[in-house]
Amino acid sequence: MHLGVSESMRDCEYSQISTRSSTPMETPYKKKTSKKRKWESFPGRNKFYCDGRIMMAKQMGVFYLTLVLILVTCGLFFTFDCPFLALQLTPVIPVIGGVLFMFVLGTLLRTSFSDPGVLPRATPDEAADLERQIDVANSSTGYRPPPRTKEVVINGQTVKLKYCFTCKIFRPPRASHCSLCDNCVERFDHHCPWVGNCVGRRNYRFFYMFILSLSFLTIFILAFVITHIILRSHRSGFLNALKDSPVVVCFFSVWSIVGLSGFHTYLISSNQTTNEDIKGSWSSKRGKDNYNPYSHGNIFTNCCAALCGPLPPSLIDRRGFIQSDTPQLAPSTNGITMYGATQSQQSHMCDQDQCIQSTKFVLQAAATPLLQQQSSEPVILTTSPENGGTLPGRTSLNLGGPCTSLPLGQPTPPTSTPSLSCQEPSDMLPIHGHSHTHNHSHALQEPVAHHHFLTPEEVPSPPGMLPCGSPMGHTMQAGFYNPASQDSLHEDSVRGLVKLSSV
Amino acid sequence: MFLYVRKHPDVLAHLNKHLNFLRPHLKQPTVSSKVFIQRDYSSGTICKFQTKFPSELESRLDKRQFEETIQTLNNLYAEAEKLGGKSYLEGFLACLTAYTIFLCMETHYEKVLQKIARYIKDQNEKVYAPRGLLLTDPIERGLRVVEITIFEDRSIGSGR
Repeated sequence: MHLGVSESMRDCEYSQISTRSSTPMETPYKKKTSKKRKWESFPGRNKFYCDGRIMMAKQMGVFYLTLVLILVTCGLFFTFDCPFLALQLTPVIPVIGGVLFMFVLGTLLRTSFSDPGVLPRATPDEAADLERQIDVANSSTGYRPPPRTKEVVINGQTVKLKYCFTCKIFRPPRASHCSLCDNCVERFDHHCPWVGNCVGRRNYRFFYMFILSLSFLTIFILAFVITHIILRSHRSGFLNALKDSPVVVCFFSVWSIVGLSGFHTYLISSNQTTNEDIKGSWSSKRGKDNYNPYSHGNIFTNCCAALCGPLPPSLIDRRGFIQSDTPQLAPSTNGITMYGATQSQQSHMCDQDQCIQSTKFVLQAAATPLLQQQSSEPVILTTSPENGGTLPGRTSLNLGGPCTSLPLGQPTPPTSTPSLSCQEPSDMLPIHGHSHTHNHSHALQEPVAHHHFLTPEEVPSPPGMLPCGSPMGHTMQAGFYNPASQDSLHEDSVRGLVKLSSV
Repeated sequence: MFLYVRKHPDVLAHLNKHLNFLRPHLKQPTVSSKVFIQRDYSSGTICKFQTKFPSELESRLDKRQFEETIQTLNNLYAEAEKLGGKSYLEGFLACLTAYTIFLCMETHYEKVLQKIARYIKDQNEKVYAPRGLLLTDPIERGLRVVEITIFEDRSIGSGR
């Protein structure tokens, strides 16, 4: 995620410098050679494969175990039992077994690989707007703000909507934040380690089909293995026959799988999630008038809705490209015009493409003369006093850490730069737009701005960072900053950054 | 003077399309603020947006026009999520074909989403862009909000 950001940042930097140095603002900057897809900067703790087509949770060990168990059990069945049964009874048995096996695998992979219904995190604008609304609501009470909840009446039942601090949204009803995947998931059922993914609105039907077909498969295998043993024991003896079959695995798993299928059949027919059932949200024990407002009234409709209802599309657009179709804005220096960009940039820590876009937009919005004014020079000038003059020293600071740690604003402190500067002095030279060091230039521009505006306020920065950042930041701010304006946005960005860092 | 700029990635893509409507003489209009129309959960988890007219738009837009837009959007989303014979048939067929049918066919929901995108584009061109506003398709915001970007009115003389 960080690398993706840093590369995008480098791209922004490249565009900004080329615009400043030689070309007018309207000249389109050169596009990156390879565009980044949105999954590469996805803020949750998911793993993506096949260029964003496959989405899974971080921990996949148990999923591999599931696969191994199914494959080994079925493999043993087809190898040892099927030939005997096909000859003695009917060849339909292996065929049905094969069909069931394919169905189980298909539904398992579909459950594991699909997006469970992840809600994308709020854009910084949305988060700021919500915060404002909450503040307005809280200020009227006059005392310590209550926890962020909203009440809504659904079909006669009062439902509390909670505010998610990570995703900066009020969770829709039935949504829940999965701590393992660090995402809010719609109609969150549970996080299943066996399938290596959350089970939510978009993959619940696949999950149910999986456990249902798996229970049929397990019962099928168990039944025919026992048949095989019985038939063989007529000939050779019970114990001999027993050692040839995968009966043990089947025997233990059949109870748990069948039990789970039964449980989920009950949940589907009453239109509840595992989450709600465990909490007893709609249990009549809570109150006489407590009922499930989401139920359609009868079992048949509930089942049809859960299994055959419309399948909503994924809201996170994993394979979409991060839009980089506008010029970039320098995030530093001229605090007056670039203020908004910088602030907005800081607040984009949880959404790197938003960050990129904001700077691009502000760059576009700013007039060409202004754009030409803001440049690397102020950066160089301000940094030199702090570092005793060497541009390489300052910029290598930016180079080493910030590209990768940019979102969290935790670049290596200047005190640690000597080692970096020794390695990359030559990289500092082409700040003015040499093609092969554009990425370094980018690093120069972006993080410096962050140092200026970010670090003095940024709470979770490493201790080494703050001392280095603050003196410089303060001097910068004194010179260019207009703190009176856009305070709320800055606050939001800081809050966002604090939250992000604490995640 | 400072430039209060609100950033938004998709606005830029929209701007390139709507420049003629907004400010023919300017390359990029300035974003003044954004209004977010939140979801209305009173009918359950179906996608529905609040029809309450935001005060920030009072000077720019007619209340009736706004309500009509939101209501049409709500109706379209309800159509997408409708439980009926057609959706059940589609779901059942998909299950039979192990969901491979969707490799060559779009789901009903996706078709309606395209319809919604066309409607929003149409509304932007006809109603919102001439008033210096821009509707963002809710799908780009994860169906959480309808984002309306208010652009600075240059004719008033405010600006940088």
